[in-house]
This record gives sequence, C-alpha cells and structure tokens, in this order.
Amino acid sequence: MKFSIYRYNPETDEKPYMKDYEVDVTDDMKVLGALKLIKEQDPTLSYRSSCGEGVCGSDGMNINGTNRLGCITAISDLGDSVTINPLPGMPVIRDLVVDLSQFYHQYRSVKPYLIAHDQNTEIEHLQSPEERAKIDGLYECILCACCSTSCPSFWWNPDKFRGPAALLQAARFIHDSRDDATAERLSELEGPYRLFRCHTIMNCTNVCPKGLNPSKAIGDIKKLMVKHII
Amino acid sequence: MTIPKRKFDSLVIGAGGGGLRAALQLAKGDAKVAVVSKVFPTRSHTVAAQGGVNAALANVLPDNWHWHMYDTIKGSDYLADQDAVEYMCRAASHLVYELEHSGVPFSRLDNGKIYQRPFGGQSQDFGGAQAARTCAAADRTGHAILHSLYQQNIQAKTHFFDEFYAIDLIKDEEGFVLGALVLEIETGLPLIIEAKTTLLATGGVGRIYRTNTNAQINTGDGMGMALRAGIPMQDMEFFQFHPTGIAGKGMLITEGVRGEGGYLVNKDGERFMERYAPNAKDLASRDVVSRSIYQEVKEGRGCGPDGDHVLLKLDHLGADVIKSRLPGIRDMARTFKNIDPIEESIPVYPTVHYTMGGIPTNRFGQVVVPTHYAGEEPIAGLYAVGECACVSVHGANRLGGNSLLDIVVFGRSAGNHILDFLKSNRYHRQINQESVDTAVERLHRWDDTSEGESVDVLRADLQREMEDHCGVFRTEEILREGVEKIRAIKARLPNARLSDHSKIFNTARIEALELENLVEIALATVHSAYARTESRGAHSRVDHPDRDDKNWMKHSLYFMEDERLDYKPVRTKPLTVDSFPPKARVY
Repeated sequence: MKFSIYRYNPETDEKPYMKDYEVDVTDDMKVLGALKLIKEQDPTLSYRSSCGEGVCGSDGMNINGTNRLGCITAISDLGDSVTINPLPGMPVIRDLVVDLSQFYHQYRSVKPYLIAHDQNTEIEHLQSPEERAKIDGLYECILCACCSTSCPSFWWNPDKFRGPAALLQAARFIHDSRDDATAERLSELEGPYRLFRCHTIMNCTNVCPKGLNPSKAIGDIKKLMVKHII
Repeated sequence: MTIPKRKFDSLVIGAGGGGLRAALQLAKGDAKVAVVSKVFPTRSHTVAAQGGVNAALANVLPDNWHWHMYDTIKGSDYLADQDAVEYMCRAASHLVYELEHSGVPFSRLDNGKIYQRPFGGQSQDFGGAQAARTCAAADRTGHAILHSLYQQNIQAKTHFFDEFYAIDLIKDEEGFVLGALVLEIETGLPLIIEAKTTLLATGGVGRIYRTNTNAQINTGDGMGMALRAGIPMQDMEFFQFHPTGIAGKGMLITEGVRGEGGYLVNKDGERFMERYAPNAKDLASRDVVSRSIYQEVKEGRGCGPDGDHVLLKLDHLGADVIKSRLPGIRDMARTFKNIDPIEESIPVYPTVHYTMGGIPTNRFGQVVVPTHYAGEEPIAGLYAVGECACVSVHGANRLGGNSLLDIVVFGRSAGNHILDFLKSNRYHRQINQESVDTAVERLHRWDDTSEGESVDVLRADLQREMEDHCGVFRTEEILREGVEKIRAIKARLPNARLSDHSKIFNTARIEALELENLVEIALATVHSAYARTESRGAHSRVDHPDRDDKNWMKHSLYFMEDERLDYKPVRTKPLTVDSFPPKARVY
C-alpha cells in the first residue's frame, strides 16, 4: 500500500516535500504500525507516539485530510492510499512533529485546575452521580490537539482564540459542581476572541478521536455567558 | 563546546504521577523545581492506568488500612518491606481525599462519596470476604489523576522542561548527586541542569519484552542512569504479567472488569478460576490468575482456532454498567479487536505489565545502597519514586490499584524529605567535570558515522530473547541460556550505529539511547532470575516450585559492574503494628 508522507527537516531541506513509501500492511494494522515499518525503511522520519492505544494523545496527525490519532486509525478504513501531513496550522518542527506551544499556552490560560474555596481535606467533596455526570464528555480530553488544529478560527487567531480544546477544559471546570470559580472563568472568556471566535464550524467535534463534543461545550459556555453578562 | 547550565533547587526526572506529585510538594514548599520529561507531561504512562487507586475509605464495604496492609504483604508473597507497606496503607485515605480535592473526577456513589470497586487480592478482616477498596474514575483513573496533577503543577508554577531526554546523573567528588545532563529533543542540544537534589521518576521498563502493556516510552531510563552511576537494581526478577492483555496485541484490559463482575472462561465455557482459587476466584492476585491462564492454554483448554487465549466474559454486566464504569476498555476492544464487549467476550492472555523491582529506596524516597560494613546508606541528593523505584511495597507481586497509590504516597513523601534536605543543604555544590564528560561521551558515542548494526534489529532481538528466556515459567537451563543471549546482545551494542545524525527532533537518536538502558536492565533481570532458586510471586521457577523462606526471603541487588549480585534482608518489622509472618498463600 502506498503512503505519501510530509517530510521536512530544517537542517537539510529548503522546503517541505511529500515522499512516497510502499508498505506491506496487514488487515488489522493501524496507521502507527505502518509508520513504524516506514521508519525501519527510513530512520530519518520523525513523528511522536507513545501509548499506542489512544490515551496519551501523542500521535495526532492529518491522515487523508482529517486530523486523527495514528495509533487508533485503522488502515482498512482509509481507502487505497494514505496521505499523512502534520497537524495543520501549527509551525512544523520536523516531518510530522509540530510545535504545540500555542496550543498548550491556550490550555494553561483557562486555569485548568479546580478552584474550590471551602476545603475540608479530611473527607471528599460530596458530589452526586448526576452532578458528576455533567463532566462526562469533558474530562476525558487527551490534549492531542486534533480539534484545535482543525479549527479555522484557531488557525487565524491561535494567539487570541482559546480554541476548542482549551474551551472544553474551561467547560470541564465550569460544570464541575466542586468548582467555585464559574464567574471568574466566564469573565476571563469575555471579549470578541477568547470564546466568541467560535463560529460553530464543528470541525472539532467531527475529528475528536475520543468522541467528545467541544462544539457543544462551547455553545453551553456561550449560553452561560449571556446569563453572566446580563 | 561549552554546555549551557541551568540551576534549580530540585530536579525531577519524569512527569508521571510520581514525578508530578513530588514536584507539587516541592513547588508548594517554595523550592525552585524543574521537571524534565521526554514527553509532554500528560503523555506519561500513568495516563494509561485504568482501574483505580486503593485506599480503605470504606465507602462501599467495611475496610481499614490494616486489612489493606495485610493484603498487600500477602500479595507481595512476603517480599515487601513491611514498614513501607504500613506507611503507604496508612497514608492512602488522606492521599486519595487530597487527589479528590485536586479535582480528580472520581466516579460517585449515590450518597455522593467516591465510588470504590473490588479488585484482586483484596479482603476484609485479614483474608476474609472480598473488599471494595479501589477508588475509580470510570476506567480512566490514571488519566484523571495524571491530568489533575499536571493541572495542579500549572497552578503551582512548576518549571517544566518538556521533551528533554535525561542522559546521565552528575555528581561531585564526594558522590553527592547534583543534577543531570539532559538533551533538548527539539534542538538536539545538551543542557546541564544543576540541582541540590535529583529525583528519578522515570517509570517501568516493560519494553524489554516484546509483548507488553507499556507505552513505547517505558524504557527504564532512570534505572539505566542509576546502574551507570554504580547503584544496584533491586528485585528485577519480579515482572508482573497482567492476566488480561488483549490477546496477540498486549493492550491492557483492566482488572476492574473482573471487579465489576466479569470472569474468565476457557474453551468449554468453564469459569476455570473456581478451580485455582476457590474463594477469590477471578479476583485472586495477578500472578495466580496469569499462571492459571497459562495452565489452561497449556492443557489444551484455550480458546480460538489456535487455542492460544482465554475469554473475558462481561456481556452479562449489561450495557449500563459497561458504558458507565468501563467505557475505556469498551473503546479499546472495539478499536483493536472489533468486538463490542456488551455483546461478546474479549480474548485475553497474560502480558508483561509492571516492574516490581527497581532502584532501591527507603520510604522517604532516598536511594539507598549497601555499605562496606553493614546495612545501607542513602546517596546524598538522590531520590527515586514510582515504578522505577523499589521501596519495596510490591515485593514479588503487586496488587492491582496499588501502583497509583505508590506514586502519590511516595511522590509526596520524597517531596517532603527533599524540602528538609534543602534546609540543611542551602547552596549548590561544585560539580565534578569528569562526571559531565562521561555523560557527554555517552551522547557523542552515537555521532560515529561509520557502518554498524541497526538499533531496531538489536532491540527486536533483545525483546524476543527476553520473551523466550525470562517469561512466566522459568528454569535454570532457560535462564542460563538467557544470560548468555543477553550478554551477546550487550556485546553487539558498541557496534550499533545511527544512520541519521541530524540534530532536530531526531527520534532515532533517542531510541538508541533508550536501547542502552533496555539492554542493561534486561541483563539485570535475567541475572537476578537465574540466581533465585525458588518460586515467589511473579517469579515462577518450574525447577524450584516452592517458596523458600529460609534461603530466599531477601531482596536481590544487581550491580552493573562485574554483573554482580548481592542480597539484603526483607524489612519484616512494620512501623507500629505486629509483623505479618510468611504463611502459605492461598486465594
């Protein structure tokens, strides 16, 4: 099977190019498995990967035009040939490795940690199963960046728009019954960019490899924001 | 070339749960702390832990820390150090409440308390009825804990060196450990991080085997650094085989499946664990369940066309339980086996999972080495916690749910000890240039552009030899051959070469450096296994089927120099309660 892969090493290449590789694939092979075989042929290919089972979020990449995780994308679902590019819109360090500094910066900017004022650490906070269920679909994010790097609003304003991954985190804490900083979190998201640059294009939700719905999470924050402002 | 330097009070190498919990303690204690990690912190392997963290909260069934202590020591096949186990089990509840306050999204009971599920090897009242001690966030507890700890460190303003690879420890003339030489992966440039204390939290080393549940990054980098610094590895013969890796693939299926009521069946549909462990059945400890699966397959009762696995049945739990309590493993089964566990059983087989052995430490996380006279002594400035360390709370077999506990308990205790150490060691000491040069040499060795063997081939050979010669069932003959095979691989290592010498994000260079660690640790493992002529916990010698407390209730210590083995006694005296003397281990 033919794999066409984006290559760029700033030490040796003036500009990026696509390189083709022929790989003997098996029925149950994932894209990461093929990349490993390609790296055996050509050790100069660089990509990130670690757990190999879709929980560490290292190997986000653009596969046949869609952002996915290499380790859980079945080659059998991809048609006759596979084209792999780095996650779009981010500076490329080398080959499939992109610089995610801005992505992480936006994540850190939403204060992604529980802020609870009343702390009796001799026992847990009580939280009903219904309250806890409100953060299902929000806490499972693996920070693979597939969503934010598929978002046109994030491509244009990665320094100002928080992006779907960071906003999903904001929602995760806003909806956590244990968190006391909702007003503060909402105030922080005011203005034309941080939250409201989302134009509900929904690429984020379509690509999320964990099946999460950042678009809905952002919509919910927008609703709360309206109440918060009024 | 002058190598740039950065100075911190404390260096933490590794950003899994152990490293991050320690870093948090240090940052909150106003120490200037640097965390070096070869991957972005939330990619560390703690993220893959599924089932939960043990603590006797008694939210579901009666429980107390003393029962937890008994279970842990029995589970360890009496090789754990009882003072460390008491310390861990006593601290557990507090640490779990603390995690909850850090934001960990634990699943909940109807009364709002943290959800707890039964796990293997747990009992009430010192060996009585099954306990429910494992605090869970669905089946993503490791993810929940790792992300929360990283988030707490963001708040505490810990300084992170993300995607930096640690090469070797740096010392002074007197043997104080003063930081490490690290490599920035993005630029390929070295950096010296000077610190008054250095904590190794680099995780386990399942990657010495071909099929394992571990991430690619689990290459024992901290253990390799310790070995090269003259520090022994303790109890390396004890590798845990998790009973339920996805057959032929290796991905982990949590013990929580059996905790929720799933069970194993052979090709006749028989729930065979009833024969091997009449009381605990499928929730016997992992070494017992793994050996039982092997036995079933060996005796021709395996499932599938090749009879090479057994089935984990959970469809009877119902869609609701599976969707709410086990969503992660449902995804995993669908992704890798095209099976929906709501309808079908999952094919499973024992798979290398956890490194019980590691860098010898005491319960403060201080790395300890034997002295010339008697006993042992800490190495000034050097600490280790988590899977790379051997406290030892897991002994010869770790209980499920105790690894997430281990990392937070000893991460915190090491952090506290380091803060004390910093009070009496206020100033940076002079580093020894020779130790820097040695570390730099290790890095430069891979710049050799002559022809040689590929790293990939050598690693594949190593992993295959370990699988063939140091698996679940071991004999003197196979292990003797194993020692020779691994030595032969070590002898080939100096001829290995990189074909890509570029600097920028050269992952081939990192894999070469990792291979050096894998080879040394594999050798430590086969040597220790060859020498131990008894069966205990995960170390199962067909030629010595019984536990031999008279001769072998002791920890192995392997030194890289001369491939030498030494031993030290198990600490059988707990901190405050009576010892649990060894007795026959039945489940």
